[in-house]
Amino acid sequence: MKPSSRIPRRAFITGIASSAGLLLAGCSQTDPPTYGHLLRMGDLLTYKAHRLLLPAHSLAREYEYADISSVPAIGTTNPANELYQRLLANRFADWRLTVEGSVARPRAFSLDELRRMPSRTQITRHTCEEGWSAIAQWTGVPLRSVLEAAGIRSTARFVQFYAYDGWEDGIDMLDALHPQTILAYGMNGRDLPTSHGAPLRARVETQLGYKSLKFLERIVVTDHFDDHGRRGLIRNGWSWYAGI
Amino acid sequence: MTLALSGFLILMVHPRLYLGHAGNDLMPALLTLPISNNYRPDELHGRIVFTELPNAPVSAERNYPLFNKNGWARSLHFLAAWILVGSGAVYFSLGVFSGHVRRDLLPRGGELAPRSLLQDLRNHFPPRAGPTGAGLPYGLLQKLAYASVMFVVLPLMVTTGLTMSPAVTAAYPFLLDVFGGYQTARTIHFCGFTALVLFLIVHVVMVIATGFGRQLRAMTWGSQ
Repeated sequence: MKPSSRIPRRAFITGIASSAGLLLAGCSQTDPPTYGHLLRMGDLLTYKAHRLLLPAHSLAREYEYADISSVPAIGTTNPANELYQRLLANRFADWRLTVEGSVARPRAFSLDELRRMPSRTQITRHTCEEGWSAIAQWTGVPLRSVLEAAGIRSTARFVQFYAYDGWEDGIDMLDALHPQTILAYGMNGRDLPTSHGAPLRARVETQLGYKSLKFLERIVVTDHFDDHGRRGLIRNGWSWYAGI
Repeated sequence: MTLALSGFLILMVHPRLYLGHAGNDLMPALLTLPISNNYRPDELHGRIVFTELPNAPVSAERNYPLFNKNGWARSLHFLAAWILVGSGAVYFSLGVFSGHVRRDLLPRGGELAPRSLLQDLRNHFPPRAGPTGAGLPYGLLQKLAYASVMFVVLPLMVTTGLTMSPAVTAAYPFLLDVFGGYQTARTIHFCGFTALVLFLIVHVVMVIATGFGRQLRAMTWGSQ
């Protein structure tokens, strides 16, 4: 075997070591922050790669009615605080979803108002970050319609969700305007059960289950990234983007 | 190694494997692995039935604390996966263009005859140290092991991994059809993990058995 035909290993190994540092150069201010953390840089690389390489707004697989499966209810299954209990006792007649922030007409929607808007029903797979999956039918109003009804501004970049169980999280505008991103009030043909986030939960079908917040209370449209401080997942070591 | 360890941590959070698209604690598992205490179906309570039909799907709540290190384990898994894909791409292009793949890795036509396969298999029993050093041609079984890892198992790990991504399968739904669903892809991903760990163990044992220091020099800096 002629030595000349082989990969020059010594040069190769020393070259790799010196060029690796150049790969993770800086990104713009509107991206999720990395805090100089190597794992968050990996998350950011995945997010940027998905946004660059994947076609926008392609639909997640929708299943047949017969495919509907059992669904474990995890996380908060009842926000046991006084405010939520009062709303629940009144069958959410006094419940309102406020939509504010970077919108021309901040407003509050009652459950009936949301139900009267054009709805979307989809049978999709809930993919939990733990590794399990479940298929259910969700009925709700596209988040896009709600944002448009509130007059979303052209500078808006992110949508933040606030829930009665204390959860807060956000998604970018691409996922927020996705046709399958809905605010669901129905599950498998019935009202959304308490354990699955009554009266209203988000369904973000292009990301893992933990981005689909239950027990929605408030939506805030922002022009900039919000890490939600100590309440935010990203501050607690979880990836903000969960399209994986 | 990083991928194997972080993958194992991720598996510990839900140590049950299924076939098809849906699989969870309320459904029968294909395989339950005794690697964590996270599977306790008896402790799911508050069952509600979704429809009145027989065998109707149900919902239930979990009330036990979950072992879950997925926050960092998953981010680490994907960071390592990016490095695997990057170095894999470099290896493939260098291997193909330098002729390493064709010359050293792929078995030649005649070598795959049952007779020569049997002969090489017989040569391994009883085990004995053969000649070592850089530049020696790979043995037949060695070729098959390396080639199947590089061209079958690792590409399968990447593609089944992508099939578990909601954003990727929204863009390329055929992945779900190729592997028969999200949970089947996850199960194949686990089988690939097992195969790679076995390969690694055999590989390291063989390296040690045939002279650790000499083999390590041959692998990194080439022949002395």
